[in-house]
Amino acid sequence: MKANCWTGRNSVEVQDVPEPSILNSRDAIVRITSTAICGSDLHLLDGYVPTMEKGDIMGHEFMGEVVEVGSGISDGKPRVGDRVVVPFPIACGACASCHAELYSCCENTNPNAGISEKFFGHPTAGIYGYSHLTGGFAGGQAEYARVVFADVNALKIESDLTDEQVLFLSDILPTGYMGAEMCDIQEGEVVAVWGAGPVGQFAMDSARVLGAEKVIAIDKETYRLEMAAAQGYTTINFEDTDVRSALLELTGGRGPDKCIDAVGMEATHGASHVHLYDRAKQAVRSETDRPHALRQAIMSCRSGGVVSVIGVYGGMIDKFPAGAWMNRSLTLRTGQCHVQKYMKPLLGLIEQGKIDPTRVITHRLPLTEAPTGYDLFKNKKDRCEKVVLKP
Amino acid sequence: MKTDIHSTSRLRRDPLVRGLGWASALLGVPQVVAPAGFARALGVGDAFRHRSATTAVGVRELAAATGLLGRPHPAWLWGRVGGDLMDLTMLTRALKHHNGRGLGRTVAATAAVTAITATDVYAAVTRTRRSAMELTAATTVSRPPDEVYALWKDLERLPDFMAHLEEVRVTGPRTSHWRASAPFGKTVEWDAETTQEVTDRLITWRSVDGADIDNSGEVRFEPAPGGRGTEIRVTLRYDLPGGALGQAAARYFGEEPHQQLDDDLRRFKQIAETGEVVRSEGAPGGKRARGEFPQHPARPLTEGELKEALA
Repeated sequence: MKANCWTGRNSVEVQDVPEPSILNSRDAIVRITSTAICGSDLHLLDGYVPTMEKGDIMGHEFMGEVVEVGSGISDGKPRVGDRVVVPFPIACGACASCHAELYSCCENTNPNAGISEKFFGHPTAGIYGYSHLTGGFAGGQAEYARVVFADVNALKIESDLTDEQVLFLSDILPTGYMGAEMCDIQEGEVVAVWGAGPVGQFAMDSARVLGAEKVIAIDKETYRLEMAAAQGYTTINFEDTDVRSALLELTGGRGPDKCIDAVGMEATHGASHVHLYDRAKQAVRSETDRPHALRQAIMSCRSGGVVSVIGVYGGMIDKFPAGAWMNRSLTLRTGQCHVQKYMKPLLGLIEQGKIDPTRVITHRLPLTEAPTGYDLFKNKKDRCEKVVLKP
Repeated sequence: MKTDIHSTSRLRRDPLVRGLGWASALLGVPQVVAPAGFARALGVGDAFRHRSATTAVGVRELAAATGLLGRPHPAWLWGRVGGDLMDLTMLTRALKHHNGRGLGRTVAATAAVTAITATDVYAAVTRTRRSAMELTAATTVSRPPDEVYALWKDLERLPDFMAHLEEVRVTGPRTSHWRASAPFGKTVEWDAETTQEVTDRLITWRSVDGADIDNSGEVRFEPAPGGRGTEIRVTLRYDLPGGALGQAAARYFGEEPHQQLDDDLRRFKQIAETGEVVRSEGAPGGKRARGEFPQHPARPLTEGELKEALA
């Protein structure tokens, strides 16, 4: 079958690979009908996530039709022929973390847990197509994929919603939603979102659904800010505006009540000397992540507010404004999304028409053109916001 | 990991170690106090270089004596071996350039040092050869103690999650035969007996006489607080050949025992909670995951690879 593989830093390639087979009794094999490129795939592409190996299949946002199930799958969950969306973190459904609905912290699904424990202190869940640090699972930018613990990790779609309406339940819609949910938004509050990429857009939509009165989008890509503005959100372009001053102005000097970092470790900064400082530290490995958005969110948030982090961080950061965080009673909340917890309620919101995930799609390409998709998305060419691939 | 090379107190009561300590003292005192006389007694003359060499050797002997009698450690025995080799070198040189006076005494001294060297090597090797290694690890499994206990008690399933065990065969009500892979591609086997069994709480075992590697272990089960299942604590003790040196060599070749036990327990948890060891395309061999780095790429396996991985 064809699959999009990592072939080295800044290089992916569609290759012919064997078709997947059942390795564990509760596996299922899915024929992929739609898959997408995620912002976090760019961290892999750029070489910021260790333990990638040449030939790894990329992709953790996919859906399709079940074509085979393992002997351990009972009660037809799922059944061959089912149309399913697959959440990116692999959960076992049986450990303490899964019982607490902290699915992305599953204690059993990462065969390389010992390594992730060294990086993170405790192990984290397996993730499809996301380095060997998260288990070395083949990804979903392919014609077929193996779904692990398919009885826990496949949401059956029974309505006639299109692929594009439900595909993003696999990652970016729940991730954006969790970012807003962690803010514990109260009526009348102002929510600022750093990053107007697909996750940021969904965080904005979710903040509004959860009761925010005003939503502010911060980015430097004009077309992405226009996409947010089209939804009625206020925008700040950090390339020509001082973000903190603009936020104070927009909030009567209070600062946003809640702040969401939907950027993560590869942020850029409006002031080039600040960007260069962190870029240099990163180059010599004295920090691994560039936390501009996080720093700014903490400094801007009103006292007693919440800073919610859904942008991906991988290692160590420098110049964390601990003083602001501590002295102003800020709450920092974060996590890789516990997708399984949010899929069904969000499917409901889609069915009710309260959220339209298709609004972020700008490019539809055949799987064989995946490398072009990466180029468009990474280099923000052709107003690229979200690429959907069709095997 | 705790590595315990023969404890100080045991060496302190060891007659051979004490004897060598006193021998160092008896030799060191005259060497330091009257180097010229000592050198003459050896038949090597009392030139300045011979006197100063004798003083240096004396200081070394006194240091060894202090160590062996005060804070005995196998390192001091190895120190003596090193000293012996130095002495032999010097005596050999002395024999080569001998002027004939007192040659008999030098020959006798060389013979004596050779005998002492043999004794020192014997003492150093036997006192460091075996070292006990103790490993501990803990995990919490979200299943009740009786279930977790029953799973562990099924000894023949231990190789499912313990990377190094190839086979455990129950041979009697309290006895079993174990086969495990060892560093450097070797296989070790032993018979074990279960020494204690407290239902839902404790299992202990130890190898019986004649094992390739003497070992023992215990696993304790306790209800986790807040109804969170069972806390499991495992202790393994091995009497390893080669002492600390052997362990260091093994680690160099990628055998990190403590990490292995952690991974073993993780897989036990997987079996207890989900029924099987999770496999990925990158680590298709299940319990062999860690040994598979650099791993298979995260892409489906060919038929041949699949057969090998599932074997």
